[in-house]
Amino acid sequence: MSSEWPLWEVFIRGQHGLNHRHVGSLHAPDAEMAVNNARDVYTRRNEGVSIWVVRSSDITASAPSEKGPLFDPSNSKVYRHPTFFDIPDEVGHM
Amino acid sequence: MYAQMVKTDSARVKTLDEMDPVERAFQERVDAGQKIEPKEWMPEGYRKTLMRQISQHAHSEIVGQLPEGNWITRAPTLERKAILLAKVQDEAGHGLYLYCAAETLGISRDEMYEQLHSGKAKYSSIFNYPTLSWADIGAIGWLVDGAAIMNQVPLQRCSYGPYARAMVRICKEESFHQRQGFDILMKMVKGTPAQKEMVQDALNRWWWPSLMMFGPSDDASVHSAQSMSWKIKQNSNDELRQKFVDQTVPQAEYLGLTVPDPDLKWNVEKGGYDFGEPDWTEFFAVIAGNGPCNAERLGARQRAWSDGAWFRDGLVAHADKMKSRRAAAQVAAE
Repeated sequence: MSSEWPLWEVFIRGQHGLNHRHVGSLHAPDAEMAVNNARDVYTRRNEGVSIWVVRSSDITASAPSEKGPLFDPSNSKVYRHPTFFDIPDEVGHM
Repeated sequence: MYAQMVKTDSARVKTLDEMDPVERAFQERVDAGQKIEPKEWMPEGYRKTLMRQISQHAHSEIVGQLPEGNWITRAPTLERKAILLAKVQDEAGHGLYLYCAAETLGISRDEMYEQLHSGKAKYSSIFNYPTLSWADIGAIGWLVDGAAIMNQVPLQRCSYGPYARAMVRICKEESFHQRQGFDILMKMVKGTPAQKEMVQDALNRWWWPSLMMFGPSDDASVHSAQSMSWKIKQNSNDELRQKFVDQTVPQAEYLGLTVPDPDLKWNVEKGGYDFGEPDWTEFFAVIAGNGPCNAERLGARQRAWSDGAWFRDGLVAHADKMKSRRAAAQVAAE
Protein backbone atom coordinates (compact mmCIF):
# COMPACT_ATOMS: atom_id res chain seq x y z
CA MET A 1 0.00 0.00 0.00
CA SER A 2 1.57 3.23 -1.19
CA SER A 3 -0.14 6.11 0.52
CA GLU A 4 -3.15 6.71 2.71
CA TRP A 5 -6.10 8.45 1.09
CA PRO A 6 -6.47 12.04 2.21
CA LEU A 7 -9.09 13.04 4.76
CA TRP A 8 -12.17 15.02 3.69
CA GLU A 9 -14.66 16.89 5.84
CA VAL A 10 -18.27 16.32 4.85
CA PHE A 11 -21.05 18.93 4.95
CA ILE A 12 -24.67 18.01 4.28
CA ARG A 13 -27.67 20.21 3.57
CA GLY A 14 -30.73 18.71 5.25
CA GLN A 15 -34.16 18.63 3.66
CA HIS A 16 -35.52 21.88 4.95
CA GLY A 17 -33.63 24.75 3.35
CA LEU A 18 -30.97 24.76 6.05
CA ASN A 19 -27.29 25.54 5.80
CA HIS A 20 -24.83 22.83 4.94
CA ARG A 21 -23.74 21.38 8.25
CA HIS A 22 -20.60 19.49 9.18
CA VAL A 23 -21.49 15.83 9.75
CA GLY A 24 -18.11 14.10 9.89
CA SER A 25 -15.17 13.12 7.78
CA LEU A 26 -13.95 10.32 5.58
CA HIS A 27 -11.01 9.17 3.46
CA ALA A 28 -11.15 9.20 -0.33
CA PRO A 29 -8.59 9.41 -3.14
CA ASP A 30 -10.25 12.43 -4.79
CA ALA A 31 -13.17 14.83 -4.48
CA GLU A 32 -15.48 12.81 -6.70
CA MET A 33 -14.97 9.64 -4.67
CA ALA A 34 -15.34 11.67 -1.48
CA VAL A 35 -18.82 12.76 -2.60
CA ASN A 36 -19.70 9.18 -3.54
CA ASN A 37 -18.47 7.85 -0.21
CA ALA A 38 -20.19 10.64 1.70
CA ARG A 39 -23.46 9.63 0.05
CA ASP A 40 -23.02 6.08 1.38
CA VAL A 41 -21.63 6.94 4.79
CA TYR A 42 -23.70 9.97 5.78
CA THR A 43 -26.97 9.93 3.83
CA ARG A 44 -28.28 6.36 4.02
CA ARG A 45 -31.57 7.62 5.48
CA ASN A 46 -32.45 10.71 3.45
CA GLU A 47 -30.37 12.97 5.66
CA GLY A 48 -29.61 15.38 2.87
CA VAL A 49 -30.26 16.96 -0.49
CA SER A 50 -26.75 18.27 -1.12
CA ILE A 51 -23.19 17.35 -0.16
CA TRP A 52 -20.03 19.44 0.13
CA VAL A 53 -16.64 17.88 0.68
CA VAL A 54 -13.48 19.81 1.59
CA ARG A 55 -9.98 18.51 2.07
CA SER A 56 -9.36 18.61 5.83
CA SER A 57 -5.90 20.04 5.19
CA ASP A 58 -7.53 23.04 3.46
CA ILE A 59 -9.44 24.06 6.57
CA THR A 60 -8.02 26.79 8.77
CA ALA A 61 -9.31 26.59 12.32
CA SER A 62 -9.02 28.88 15.30
CA ALA A 63 -6.90 27.45 18.09
CA PRO A 64 -8.55 26.49 21.38
CA SER A 65 -6.10 28.84 23.13
CA GLU A 66 -7.48 31.78 21.12
CA LYS A 67 -10.93 31.24 22.58
CA GLY A 68 -10.59 34.08 25.08
CA PRO A 69 -9.21 36.80 22.79
CA LEU A 70 -11.65 35.84 20.02
CA PHE A 71 -14.91 35.46 21.87
CA ASP A 72 -14.68 37.18 25.24
CA PRO A 73 -15.08 40.73 23.82
CA SER A 74 -18.67 40.01 22.79
CA ASN A 75 -19.62 39.03 26.34
CA SER A 76 -19.76 42.64 27.48
CA LYS A 77 -21.90 43.80 24.57
CA VAL A 78 -25.28 42.70 25.82
CA TYR A 79 -26.91 45.61 23.98
CA ARG A 80 -26.53 43.55 20.82
CA HIS A 81 -29.46 41.45 21.99
CA PRO A 82 -32.97 42.87 21.55
CA THR A 83 -33.91 41.88 25.11
CA PHE A 84 -31.47 44.56 26.37
CA PHE A 85 -34.10 47.21 25.57
CA ASP A 86 -37.27 47.54 27.61
CA ILE A 87 -40.19 48.48 25.42
CA PRO A 88 -43.31 49.54 27.37
CA ASP A 89 -46.28 47.18 27.10
CA GLU A 90 -48.50 49.89 25.61
CA VAL A 91 -46.22 50.07 22.57
CA GLY A 92 -47.25 46.52 21.72
CA HIS A 93 -45.26 43.95 19.82
CA MET A 94 -41.92 45.13 18.46
CA MET B 1 -18.91 -4.55 25.25
CA TYR B 2 -17.90 -3.54 21.74
CA ALA B 3 -14.89 -2.24 23.62
CA GLN B 4 -13.99 -4.69 26.37
CA MET B 5 -11.52 -4.28 29.22
CA VAL B 6 -9.95 -1.07 27.97
CA LYS B 7 -6.80 -0.20 29.93
CA THR B 8 -6.12 3.36 31.09
CA ASP B 9 -2.42 3.37 32.13
CA SER B 10 -3.52 4.63 35.57
CA ALA B 11 -2.36 3.00 38.78
CA ARG B 12 -5.09 4.85 40.64
CA VAL B 13 -7.42 7.79 40.13
CA LYS B 14 -5.89 11.12 41.15
CA THR B 15 -7.82 13.54 43.33
CA LEU B 16 -8.27 17.13 42.14
CA ASP B 17 -5.73 18.31 44.73
CA GLU B 18 -3.05 16.02 43.34
CA MET B 19 -3.39 17.38 39.81
CA ASP B 20 -1.36 20.20 38.34
CA PRO B 21 -3.43 23.29 37.38
CA VAL B 22 -3.83 22.30 33.72
CA GLU B 23 -5.02 18.79 34.47
CA ARG B 24 -7.25 20.05 37.24
CA ALA B 25 -8.88 22.55 34.88
CA PHE B 26 -9.44 19.69 32.44
CA GLN B 27 -10.99 17.46 35.09
CA GLU B 28 -13.23 20.26 36.31
CA ARG B 29 -14.52 20.78 32.78
CA VAL B 30 -15.25 17.06 32.49
CA ASP B 31 -16.96 17.09 35.90
CA ALA B 32 -19.08 20.04 34.76
CA GLY B 33 -20.26 17.98 31.79
CA GLN B 34 -18.38 20.00 29.16
CA LYS B 35 -17.24 18.26 26.00
CA ILE B 36 -13.54 17.96 25.23
CA GLU B 37 -12.68 18.67 21.58
CA PRO B 38 -9.80 17.32 19.47
CA LYS B 39 -7.21 20.09 19.64
CA GLU B 40 -7.74 20.96 23.28
CA TRP B 41 -5.32 19.93 25.99
CA MET B 42 -6.03 16.52 27.49
CA PRO B 43 -4.04 14.18 29.74
CA GLU B 44 -1.99 11.69 27.76
CA GLY B 45 -3.76 8.80 29.53
CA TYR B 46 -7.15 10.16 28.50
CA ARG B 47 -6.05 10.43 24.88
CA LYS B 48 -4.55 6.94 24.80
CA THR B 49 -7.48 5.31 26.57
CA LEU B 50 -9.95 6.88 24.17
CA MET B 51 -7.80 5.87 21.23
CA ARG B 52 -7.86 2.26 22.44
CA GLN B 53 -11.55 2.29 23.22
CA ILE B 54 -12.73 4.00 20.04
CA SER B 55 -10.50 1.98 17.73
CA GLN B 56 -11.57 -1.26 19.43
CA HIS B 57 -15.17 -0.16 19.03
CA ALA B 58 -14.56 0.62 15.34
CA HIS B 59 -12.84 -2.73 14.72
CA SER B 60 -15.83 -4.47 16.31
CA GLU B 61 -18.23 -2.77 13.92
CA ILE B 62 -16.10 -3.81 10.95
CA VAL B 63 -15.48 -7.40 12.05
CA GLY B 64 -19.12 -7.56 13.13
CA GLN B 65 -20.12 -7.50 9.47
CA LEU B 66 -18.58 -10.91 8.90
CA PRO B 67 -20.87 -13.24 10.89
CA GLU B 68 -23.92 -11.62 9.31
CA GLY B 69 -22.38 -11.35 5.86
CA ASN B 70 -22.34 -15.14 5.99
CA TRP B 71 -26.14 -15.14 5.47
CA ILE B 72 -26.62 -12.37 2.89
CA THR B 73 -26.60 -14.86 0.01
CA ARG B 74 -28.82 -17.28 1.92
CA ALA B 75 -31.49 -14.98 3.35
CA PRO B 76 -34.90 -16.68 3.03
CA THR B 77 -36.57 -13.90 0.98
CA LEU B 78 -35.48 -11.01 -1.21
CA GLU B 79 -36.86 -8.57 1.37
CA ARG B 80 -34.91 -10.17 4.22
CA LYS B 81 -31.81 -10.07 2.04
CA ALA B 82 -32.25 -6.35 1.31
CA ILE B 83 -32.80 -5.65 5.01
CA LEU B 84 -29.73 -7.64 6.03
CA LEU B 85 -27.63 -5.87 3.39
CA ALA B 86 -28.77 -2.51 4.77
CA LYS B 87 -27.94 -3.62 8.29
CA VAL B 88 -24.48 -4.84 7.38
CA GLN B 89 -23.88 -1.62 5.43
CA ASP B 90 -24.82 0.33 8.56
CA GLU B 91 -22.15 -1.59 10.50
CA ALA B 92 -19.56 -0.48 7.95
CA GLY B 93 -20.81 3.08 8.39
CA HIS B 94 -20.55 2.81 12.17
CA GLY B 95 -16.99 1.60 11.83
CA LEU B 96 -16.18 4.59 9.63
CA TYR B 97 -17.71 7.16 12.01
CA LEU B 98 -15.68 5.66 14.82
CA TYR B 99 -12.40 5.45 12.91
CA CYS B 100 -12.79 9.15 12.11
CA ALA B 101 -13.41 9.93 15.78
CA ALA B 102 -10.28 7.97 16.75
CA GLU B 103 -8.22 9.77 14.09
CA THR B 104 -8.92 13.10 15.78
CA LEU B 105 -6.76 11.81 18.65
CA GLY B 106 -3.70 11.53 16.44
CA ILE B 107 -3.65 7.99 15.08
CA SER B 108 -3.92 7.32 11.35
CA ARG B 109 -6.46 5.04 9.70
CA ASP B 110 -3.70 2.81 8.32
CA GLU B 111 -2.14 2.47 11.77
CA MET B 112 -5.46 1.29 13.14
CA TYR B 113 -5.92 -1.20 10.32
CA GLU B 114 -2.41 -2.43 10.90
CA GLN B 115 -3.18 -2.94 14.60
CA LEU B 116 -6.30 -4.91 13.74
CA HIS B 117 -4.70 -7.04 11.05
CA SER B 118 -1.63 -7.85 13.13
CA GLY B 119 -3.82 -8.93 16.04
CA LYS B 120 -2.42 -6.19 18.27
CA ALA B 121 -5.79 -4.47 18.62
CA LYS B 122 -8.84 -6.33 19.90
CA TYR B 123 -12.43 -6.38 18.78
CA SER B 124 -15.46 -7.62 20.70
CA SER B 125 -15.37 -11.28 21.75
CA ILE B 126 -18.91 -11.78 20.43
CA PHE B 127 -17.90 -11.80 16.77
CA ASN B 128 -15.78 -14.89 17.18
CA TYR B 129 -18.82 -17.16 17.29
CA PRO B 130 -20.25 -18.81 14.17
CA THR B 131 -23.64 -18.08 12.56
CA LEU B 132 -24.98 -21.57 11.93
CA SER B 133 -28.59 -20.93 10.95
CA TRP B 134 -30.86 -18.08 9.81
CA ALA B 135 -32.13 -17.84 13.38
CA ASP B 136 -28.62 -16.71 14.38
CA ILE B 137 -29.13 -13.57 12.30
CA GLY B 138 -32.28 -12.86 14.30
CA ALA B 139 -30.49 -13.63 17.56
CA ILE B 140 -27.59 -11.30 16.71
CA GLY B 141 -29.90 -8.38 16.00
CA TRP B 142 -31.98 -9.01 19.10
CA LEU B 143 -29.25 -9.90 21.60
CA VAL B 144 -25.95 -8.57 20.29
CA ASP B 145 -27.29 -5.27 18.99
CA GLY B 146 -29.52 -5.12 22.07
CA ALA B 147 -26.47 -5.42 24.32
CA ALA B 148 -24.62 -2.88 22.19
CA ILE B 149 -27.46 -0.38 22.61
CA MET B 150 -27.26 -0.78 26.41
CA ASN B 151 -23.66 0.36 26.24
CA GLN B 152 -23.91 2.91 23.47
CA VAL B 153 -26.82 4.95 24.77
CA PRO B 154 -24.83 6.23 27.79
CA LEU B 155 -21.77 6.73 25.53
CA GLN B 156 -23.70 9.52 23.78
CA ARG B 157 -22.92 11.56 26.90
CA CYS B 158 -19.21 10.70 26.78
CA SER B 159 -16.87 13.61 27.55
CA TYR B 160 -15.05 13.41 24.22
CA GLY B 161 -17.04 15.36 21.61
CA PRO B 162 -16.24 13.39 18.43
CA TYR B 163 -16.96 10.04 20.14
CA ALA B 164 -20.20 11.29 21.69
CA ARG B 165 -21.39 12.65 18.33
CA ALA B 166 -20.54 9.40 16.54
CA MET B 167 -22.56 7.55 19.18
CA VAL B 168 -25.60 9.76 18.55
CA ARG B 169 -25.63 8.77 14.89
CA ILE B 170 -24.99 5.13 15.71
CA CYS B 171 -27.73 4.89 18.32
CA LYS B 172 -30.30 6.25 15.87
CA GLU B 173 -29.49 3.36 13.54
CA GLU B 174 -29.06 0.56 16.10
CA SER B 175 -32.72 0.46 16.95
CA PHE B 176 -33.46 -0.73 13.40
CA HIS B 177 -30.89 -3.49 13.88
CA GLN B 178 -32.42 -4.81 17.06
CA ARG B 179 -35.97 -4.70 15.72
CA GLN B 180 -35.10 -6.45 12.46
CA GLY B 181 -33.54 -9.26 14.51
CA PHE B 182 -36.53 -9.61 16.78
CA ASP B 183 -38.80 -9.54 13.73
CA ILE B 184 -36.93 -12.48 12.20
CA LEU B 185 -37.41 -14.47 15.40
CA MET B 186 -41.09 -13.54 15.80
CA LYS B 187 -41.69 -14.92 12.33
CA MET B 188 -39.73 -18.10 12.97
CA VAL B 189 -41.33 -18.99 16.32
CA LYS B 190 -44.71 -18.89 14.57
CA GLY B 191 -43.40 -21.29 11.95
CA THR B 192 -42.90 -25.06 12.03
CA PRO B 193 -41.69 -26.83 15.20
CA ALA B 194 -38.33 -27.24 13.47
CA GLN B 195 -38.09 -23.48 12.89
CA LYS B 196 -38.99 -22.75 16.49
CA GLU B 197 -36.34 -25.24 17.56
CA MET B 198 -33.79 -23.34 15.45
CA VAL B 199 -34.64 -20.17 17.37
CA GLN B 200 -34.26 -21.89 20.74
CA ASP B 201 -30.94 -23.33 19.59
CA ALA B 202 -29.75 -19.88 18.52
CA LEU B 203 -30.71 -18.43 21.92
CA ASN B 204 -28.91 -21.29 23.67
CA ARG B 205 -25.71 -20.51 21.80
CA TRP B 206 -25.88 -16.66 21.87
CA TRP B 207 -27.19 -16.01 25.38
CA TRP B 208 -23.97 -16.44 27.34
CA PRO B 209 -21.65 -14.84 24.78
CA SER B 210 -24.05 -11.85 24.78
CA LEU B 211 -23.76 -11.51 28.56
CA MET B 212 -19.97 -11.74 28.21
CA MET B 213 -20.02 -8.73 25.89
CA PHE B 214 -20.26 -6.48 28.95
CA GLY B 215 -16.97 -7.88 30.25
CA PRO B 216 -16.20 -9.33 33.68
CA SER B 217 -17.26 -7.48 36.82
CA ASP B 218 -15.21 -4.28 37.00
CA ASP B 219 -16.32 -2.88 40.34
CA ALA B 220 -12.78 -3.24 41.70
CA SER B 221 -11.02 -2.18 38.48
CA VAL B 222 -8.86 0.93 38.56
CA HIS B 223 -9.22 1.24 34.77
CA SER B 224 -12.97 1.33 35.11
CA ALA B 225 -12.80 3.91 37.93
CA GLN B 226 -10.44 6.06 35.86
CA SER B 227 -12.63 5.80 32.75
CA MET B 228 -15.64 6.77 34.82
CA SER B 229 -13.92 9.79 36.31
CA TRP B 230 -13.03 10.88 32.76
CA LYS B 231 -16.64 10.23 31.72
CA ILE B 232 -15.69 7.90 28.93
CA LYS B 233 -17.58 5.17 30.74
CA GLN B 234 -20.80 5.83 32.60
CA ASN B 235 -21.94 2.52 34.08
CA SER B 236 -20.23 -0.51 35.54
CA ASN B 237 -20.22 -3.72 33.52
CA ASP B 238 -22.48 -5.43 36.06
CA GLU B 239 -25.01 -2.59 35.98
CA LEU B 240 -25.32 -2.81 32.22
CA ARG B 241 -25.48 -6.61 32.27
CA GLN B 242 -28.30 -6.48 34.84
CA LYS B 243 -30.21 -3.98 32.73
CA PHE B 244 -29.77 -6.14 29.67
CA VAL B 245 -31.04 -9.28 31.41
CA ASP B 246 -34.01 -7.43 32.89
CA GLN B 247 -34.94 -6.08 29.49
CA THR B 248 -34.36 -9.24 27.49
CA VAL B 249 -35.90 -12.03 29.58
CA PRO B 250 -39.51 -10.81 29.09
CA GLN B 251 -38.82 -10.60 25.34
CA ALA B 252 -37.63 -14.22 25.36
CA GLU B 253 -40.82 -15.16 27.18
CA TYR B 254 -42.87 -13.34 24.56
CA LEU B 255 -41.19 -15.48 21.93
CA GLY B 256 -41.99 -18.59 23.98
CA LEU B 257 -38.30 -19.38 24.47
CA THR B 258 -36.39 -20.69 27.48
CA VAL B 259 -33.35 -18.70 28.57
CA PRO B 260 -30.57 -21.27 29.04
CA ASP B 261 -29.79 -20.36 32.64
CA PRO B 262 -31.03 -22.60 35.49
CA ASP B 263 -30.22 -19.84 38.01
CA LEU B 264 -32.41 -17.25 36.32
CA LYS B 265 -35.05 -16.12 38.80
CA TRP B 266 -37.03 -12.92 39.40
CA ASN B 267 -35.87 -11.21 42.58
CA VAL B 268 -38.75 -9.18 44.00
CA GLU B 269 -36.55 -7.31 46.46
CA LYS B 270 -34.12 -5.92 43.93
CA GLY B 271 -36.77 -5.60 41.22
CA GLY B 272 -34.58 -7.46 38.75
CA TYR B 273 -33.50 -10.93 37.78
CA ASP B 274 -30.89 -13.01 39.55
CA PHE B 275 -28.86 -14.92 37.01
CA GLY B 276 -25.88 -17.24 36.67
CA GLU B 277 -22.27 -16.34 36.04
CA PRO B 278 -20.99 -16.55 32.45
CA ASP B 279 -18.04 -18.86 31.84
CA TRP B 280 -15.20 -16.35 32.13
CA THR B 281 -12.61 -18.97 31.20
CA GLU B 282 -14.27 -19.15 27.80
CA PHE B 283 -14.38 -15.36 27.59
CA PHE B 284 -10.65 -14.98 28.25
CA ALA B 285 -9.87 -17.75 25.77
CA VAL B 286 -11.88 -15.94 23.06
CA ILE B 287 -10.25 -12.60 23.90
CA ALA B 288 -6.83 -14.28 23.69
CA GLY B 289 -7.60 -15.40 20.14
CA ASN B 290 -8.82 -18.93 20.80
CA GLY B 291 -12.55 -18.59 20.15
CA PRO B 292 -14.31 -20.72 17.54
CA CYS B 293 -13.88 -18.19 14.72
CA ASN B 294 -10.99 -15.86 15.67
CA ALA B 295 -8.67 -17.12 12.94
CA GLU B 296 -11.42 -17.07 10.32
CA ARG B 297 -12.50 -13.50 11.15
CA LEU B 298 -9.00 -12.06 11.23
CA GLY B 299 -8.11 -14.00 8.07
CA ALA B 300 -11.12 -12.52 6.27
CA ARG B 301 -10.11 -8.97 7.28
CA GLN B 302 -6.49 -9.50 6.24
CA ARG B 303 -7.58 -10.93 2.89
CA ALA B 304 -10.03 -8.08 2.27
CA TRP B 305 -7.21 -5.59 2.93
CA SER B 306 -4.57 -7.25 0.78
CA ASP B 307 -6.98 -8.23 -2.03
CA GLY B 308 -8.21 -4.63 -2.17
CA ALA B 309 -4.73 -3.12 -2.38
CA TRP B 310 -4.67 -2.98 -6.23
CA PHE B 311 -8.03 -1.23 -6.22
CA ARG B 312 -7.06 1.36 -3.62
CA ASP B 313 -3.82 2.01 -5.48
CA GLY B 314 -5.72 2.25 -8.76
CA LEU B 315 -7.99 4.95 -7.38
CA VAL B 316 -4.99 6.91 -6.15
CA ALA B 317 -3.29 6.56 -9.56
CA HIS B 318 -6.48 7.80 -11.25
CA ALA B 319 -6.74 10.74 -8.86
CA ASP B 320 -3.09 11.64 -9.52
CA LYS B 321 -3.56 11.38 -13.28
CA MET B 322 -6.63 13.61 -13.24
CA LYS B 323 -4.79 16.12 -11.10
CA SER B 324 -1.84 16.36 -13.45
CA ARG B 325 -4.19 16.57 -16.47
CA ARG B 326 -6.04 19.43 -14.85
CA ALA B 327 -2.73 21.14 -14.13
CA ALA B 328 -1.59 20.64 -17.72
CA ALA B 329 -4.89 21.98 -19.08
CA GLN B 330 -4.52 25.04 -16.92
CA VAL B 331 -1.01 25.68 -18.15
CA ALA B 332 -2.19 25.28 -21.75
CA ALA B 333 -5.05 27.72 -21.16
CA GLU B 334 -2.69 30.34 -19.81
